Amino acid sequence: MTLPAATLEITPTAPLGFSGLARIARRHPLVLIGGGLLALLIVLALSASLYAGDPGNMDPFKRLQPPSAEMWFGSDHLGRDVFARTIFGARISLMVGLASAACAALVGLLIGILAGYNRMFDNIVMRVMDGLMSIPTILLAIALISLTGPGIGILIVAIAIPETPAVARLVRSVVLSVRERPYVEAALCGGARLHKVLWRHILPSTIPALMVQGAIVCASAIMTEAALSFLGAGVPPEIPSWGNMIASSRLYLAIAPLTIFGPGICLAVTVLAVNLLGDGLRDMFDPRAKRRR
Amino acid sequence: MRMSGPLLKVEDLTKHYPIGAGFLRKPFSAVRAVEDVSFSVEAGETLCIVGESGCGKSTVARLLMRLVDPTGGRVLIDGTDIAGLKKHELRAYRRRMQMVFQDPYSSLNPRLTAGQIITEPVENYERLSRKQREALAADLLHKVGMSPEMMHRLPSELSGGQRQRLGIARALALKPSIIIADEAVSALDVSVQAQILNLLMDLQQQLGIAFVFISHDLGVVEHLGHRVAVMYLGRIVELATCEALFAQPVHPYTEALIASAPVPDPTRVRLEAPVAGEVPSPINPPDGCAFHPRCPLAVERCRIEVPPLVPMTDGRVVACHVRAPASGLQAQSAAERDCPTVRLAGANESIRKSEKPNIT
Amino acid sequence: MQMHNTIRDEVLLDVRSLETHFYGEESVTHALGGISFQIMKGETVGVVGESGCGKSVTALSILRLLPKLTARTVGGEVRFHGQDLLKLSEQEMRKIRGGKIAMIFQDPMTSLNPVYTVGHQIAEAIQIHTGVSRSSALTEAEEMLRFVRIADPERRVSNYPYEMSGGMRQRVMIAMALACSPELLIADEPTTALDVTIQAQILRLIVDLKERTGTAVMFITHDLGVVAETCQRVIVMYAGRIVEQASVMDLFARPMHPYTQALMHSVPDRRRGRQSRLPEIPGIVPNLRDPIIGCSFAPRCPFAIDICREKTPVLRDIESGHAAACWRSEEIVCA
Repeated sequence: MTLPAATLEITPTAPLGFSGLARIARRHPLVLIGGGLLALLIVLALSASLYAGDPGNMDPFKRLQPPSAEMWFGSDHLGRDVFARTIFGARISLMVGLASAACAALVGLLIGILAGYNRMFDNIVMRVMDGLMSIPTILLAIALISLTGPGIGILIVAIAIPETPAVARLVRSVVLSVRERPYVEAALCGGARLHKVLWRHILPSTIPALMVQGAIVCASAIMTEAALSFLGAGVPPEIPSWGNMIASSRLYLAIAPLTIFGPGICLAVTVLAVNLLGDGLRDMFDPRAKRRR
Repeated sequence: MRMSGPLLKVEDLTKHYPIGAGFLRKPFSAVRAVEDVSFSVEAGETLCIVGESGCGKSTVARLLMRLVDPTGGRVLIDGTDIAGLKKHELRAYRRRMQMVFQDPYSSLNPRLTAGQIITEPVENYERLSRKQREALAADLLHKVGMSPEMMHRLPSELSGGQRQRLGIARALALKPSIIIADEAVSALDVSVQAQILNLLMDLQQQLGIAFVFISHDLGVVEHLGHRVAVMYLGRIVELATCEALFAQPVHPYTEALIASAPVPDPTRVRLEAPVAGEVPSPINPPDGCAFHPRCPLAVERCRIEVPPLVPMTDGRVVACHVRAPASGLQAQSAAERDCPTVRLAGANESIRKSEKPNIT
Repeated sequence: MQMHNTIRDEVLLDVRSLETHFYGEESVTHALGGISFQIMKGETVGVVGESGCGKSVTALSILRLLPKLTARTVGGEVRFHGQDLLKLSEQEMRKIRGGKIAMIFQDPMTSLNPVYTVGHQIAEAIQIHTGVSRSSALTEAEEMLRFVRIADPERRVSNYPYEMSGGMRQRVMIAMALACSPELLIADEPTTALDVTIQAQILRLIVDLKERTGTAVMFITHDLGVVAETCQRVIVMYAGRIVEQASVMDLFARPMHPYTQALMHSVPDRRRGRQSRLPEIPGIVPNLRDPIIGCSFAPRCPFAIDICREKTPVLRDIESGHAAACWRSEEIVCA
């Protein structure tokens, strides 16, 4: 069946100018909403010290206060400003989320590409990946942190490790399909060395899948960090994090029911933003989804 | 011009694809994609390989380019066997032989511009400044009849014919002596196909490039071929000059193939399909001559013994017990020695080779 | 399934100014620019043209199988036995499809369900349209396989599509299409994916079955050779319009549209000698997203004069039964 080319065309990846961004925003509102929300959160978190108070400042006379004009989200059991803590906590959540997503994506990309190109490496490493996937994320993280003691660095590593196999598998499958494409064979016929073929012809094809998967990993990393901190296995308690804030306000839920909402809602909104962005990116890169509109 | 010996010589090329192989697992069977294929190509000549799907013609192309490694046999370029070369030694020989692919859409990287695509082969061997690259791209585009402004376009902005021109420009970039064209015009509309065929013939005249032209379209093959090899189920069944093959096919399969092609002439009425039955699977090919289940001339011997390629008096070689019995082999091969048009590597040994045990 | 010579000249399908648009993100493609033609009872009509000329879109528009969200038939009529198919409800249309009008596609693998045996699938088609019992439908399915000359139909009836070769699958598709004795069979490039020797068999089969059942066939192809071997009448399409329409003998003997002439010349032909330059058609097919002024072939036409670039030529009878959409057909044929 021959359809006019127009309906089947995949938008080529042209250099992105302002008009390109505007076009993406118009065609893919999810990317706009998710990306915008996430960007806003990042700006708020980075500029926290400009407008929010000191998150470590304790005021024993103002413990467990409800929200007020002075303290928008109320205060916690040590009299600290929940708003300031939430904003500074966003730094931790976002940093852990983005850093673990980046780690998982980079390591997964490397493993996936090598596995897609080398039979032997594939057979060995992908079995290890299968093994990693069978360990529950939280358990692995708790085990790692109990070995080294809490810290943000180890937290990022602990969250990134169990997320890596999914990325590696995805990249591997893309590589396996792309390496059979005639243009890759044409590059080999033209005398291209393997590393050049990988870099110039295969790597770019994995980027869309990688970005989508990265967003999913990021959302799940933010949740995992919160869960670990909630359990007390995450960031050290003196650093504010949404997870340990929710955990401590849970204890005083009967006295100060409103202090849990600040970090809770922020967590939900952040994860939602990242997921929207991921969905939007998936639709943007998937020509079939585009035609369905 | 070359002094002696063919530019490309293929001897007993064989490729078996194992089936069922896996991690620590032995294959239980094999697809016999190519079996004992031998031919040679002279400088500036067009050798066509025709056959139906599954006959192994595309595998031959991939073997010549070493995109897959052969199970057996030799591929000699100017006397050097590239089938045995290591990957890094091979790079030097890649320049001599280039390939044009069937699908003008999937054979071009959609993320690169036309200029990047066609200059890439050269940049694999030497560094180019921006100026040199643009000059090279313009020159190559000019050779294939496109304007230099096209170098900044993406493949998706070009028509099918223009894309195939880019594929040809890329193959020309390294100034090869041989271009292998694997169904290079099959995906194109007839009017565009004519443009591309003309381009290929012009290039051959101007640059003296030899072509190995692989196609299923007999009309195209007859139009531009000098010699034609007909393949059936992994083996060459007939190899002859183009005029001789189309004027008087000897192998019954060649005959059926030529008779089956639809002719744009409504006054010609066909009452019967020229050949019944279907192409057998290369996993489990019939014993003896692979064509015998469909062959109207088949005799008992065809079911048992693989027919060797036998040289005929007019210089062609045919593998058929009935039409080209091997009894006259001695006399005919003497005649063949005087005949320069067909160089048949290993024809005399193919009787022995057919007795090779099956790899299963 | 008897052929009645008396009703041979009755119009079966009458397409009038059929117009179909495809909707892109920012543009509208005028895939069919108002085409009109007729198919008589029991007649084989070839529709030829290059990719993008609208030949497949014509078939899909007739059967209303266009992709719902991106394409729409915006005008014209498709009269089948005098009834406009474009006005039928979706339910009535389903009865026509596969019943009165059947279609076979280029790739039989995508139109056969891989998880059911071919016997099951043919029987199901028979049951839907005739309502006979399961067992008699299965017997009939086996009979249909024999009818399309599949060897060993008793065994083949319980085969799955993947167990069959491409040629055999196309035979199954033909069996399924003919199972309900359609009055019109639309064959969209049915042999393009097949090897030449198999193609010759399938073409022979279609011609034979057509003779035996009296079904009219609309044969869509890009291959002039296939048209010459199978069809009685030919419609040549270019850029969403019919440019020439004639009996197969007239068309090949005296092509009257410059495009048809160019198309015929650009096919390699042994009668014109080997190694010679093939006559090319310069330029490329026009983009149907842009409005076309004048004749759509004019930019590539060696005979184009001013009027060709200004006014769109309509399809008109140059000789009886031989129509062309060209301002200069009379001069060109004489030349």
